[in-house]
Amino acid sequence: MKKRRIQEKLAYLTLLGIAILLLFTLGFIFYFIFVNGFSVISWEFLTQIPKKAMTAGGLFPAILGTFFLTTGSILFALPLGVLAAIYLSEYAVQNKLIRIIRIGINNLAGVPSVVFGLFGLVFFVKYLNFGVSILSGSLTLGIMILPTIIRSSEESLLAVPQSFREGSLALGATKWQTIQNVVLPNAISGILTGSILSIGRAAGETAPILFTAATFYTMRLPNSIFSEVQALPYHIYALLSEGTHPEAQVPIAYGTALVLLGLVLGLDLIAIILRNKFRRNKKW
Amino acid sequence: MVNSSVKNNIDMKINNLNFYYGSNHVLKNINLDIEKNAVTAIIGPSGCGKSTLIRTLNRMNDIIPNAVIKGEILHGDINIYDKNIDAVEIRRKIGMVFQKPNPFPKSIYENIAYGLKINGFSRDRNKLMNRIQESLEGAALWDEVKDRLNTSAFDLSGGQQQRLCIARTLAIKPEIILFDEPCSALDPIATSKIEELIQDLKSEYTIVIVTHNMQQAARISDYTAFLMLGELMEFDETEKIFTKPSKQITEDYITGRFG
Repeated sequence: MKKRRIQEKLAYLTLLGIAILLLFTLGFIFYFIFVNGFSVISWEFLTQIPKKAMTAGGLFPAILGTFFLTTGSILFALPLGVLAAIYLSEYAVQNKLIRIIRIGINNLAGVPSVVFGLFGLVFFVKYLNFGVSILSGSLTLGIMILPTIIRSSEESLLAVPQSFREGSLALGATKWQTIQNVVLPNAISGILTGSILSIGRAAGETAPILFTAATFYTMRLPNSIFSEVQALPYHIYALLSEGTHPEAQVPIAYGTALVLLGLVLGLDLIAIILRNKFRRNKKW
Repeated sequence: MVNSSVKNNIDMKINNLNFYYGSNHVLKNINLDIEKNAVTAIIGPSGCGKSTLIRTLNRMNDIIPNAVIKGEILHGDINIYDKNIDAVEIRRKIGMVFQKPNPFPKSIYENIAYGLKINGFSRDRNKLMNRIQESLEGAALWDEVKDRLNTSAFDLSGGQQQRLCIARTLAIKPEIILFDEPCSALDPIATSKIEELIQDLKSEYTIVIVTHNMQQAARISDYTAFLMLGELMEFDETEKIFTKPSKQITEDYITGRFG
């Protein structure tokens, strides 16, 4: 009896310890970036274009670029991913083909991001002739986050109680009416949770946009979806690897990292607020 | 098995119905006539196929993969399993109330309006409201909820939720209502309300009810079908089944010797 109580205590303390360690690590990363980057943050930093070979000025084009790329990838991947998930969870008969499709989706989630970048270069930039552009980059990022969105959407759809579907079908609703009116509204909070993770991933990835969207340095702001753009993660890389004045560029890189972090958290916050709004009337 | 001259008005006729779930033969050659404006109860021990049987009557089993159905179920002069028949249309005419109350996570009003909307009922607010009130009255729920139609259906008690599900079914004016153990999740008071309601409803609807509660079948049904291991053992007027059943096994079951 006593032994069991000690075991219980030990298990609890171990798990607590791990949780605290993780929280501490996360906190430390935030703190580190904040301390190193906060000094360069100013209104000008956020609203001006880079000056003097990226040793001064701001990073407005990169903020804008990352915002467009992230939004674009979500606009592409969310509808497509949700529709694919609806097909897989509500319509598909569980046969060999569907199993292969599922394996494909799972494997797609594990493909290194630079491979998506290469694919984007060959397919969107060259073959479809979209050039190095917001469009090519968004589509490449979109394909990269598609598996995550499909998987999390499918799980949220499956989490909607079968009794809701039966109730709707028993009233003479078609399958599609049932999905539209009963299943989707109750799955939306889970679907948004999945997209939250994807937003962060899309905003932070460098490799997929390396050959498809990002440019090292541009004086012009993007004026169409065919413009090439600066992006925050790539900007950090550029500042740290290519500069000739590290003493001026390293702090700017930290500042950029802080802005990227802020942007991702901001996007997440919007998604969380939306999710909570939908979740409020969920009571089963 | 049953003297068909007793019944003058057959609403559904089950002919040689076999149901397979994978390699499992769940229903074995069922023949059953369901009378119009009467309550037909299906009783039997757990796992005998009661729920499967009632769910074949409005093609709810269609959504189960690996299910195979053979035989025919006639409603009027159509076989509801005919290739040209749309299951959606069948379910609109043959409503169903489930074992556990399953209102939608919407308001009381929306729960009833939903079935009307999807079936293309008028969007006129007054007409909608009239039909909703009529359905709630029909399910003996109106007086309890008339002041809070816009609150969530999940705030209702279990018995009220089940009556809401009945109201939802009444709203689209089906011809037959199937009840699949509608009281199994309810307390005795809520149960007696539902039983009363079923008695009232049979003047307008044909009713089939699955129940694991023999007293309930005795109280509310006109006909009782006793099902065991997927076979229809006996089917007759309820009074006869419960007083002088023709088979020993039926007697053993209703007297509680097994089950």
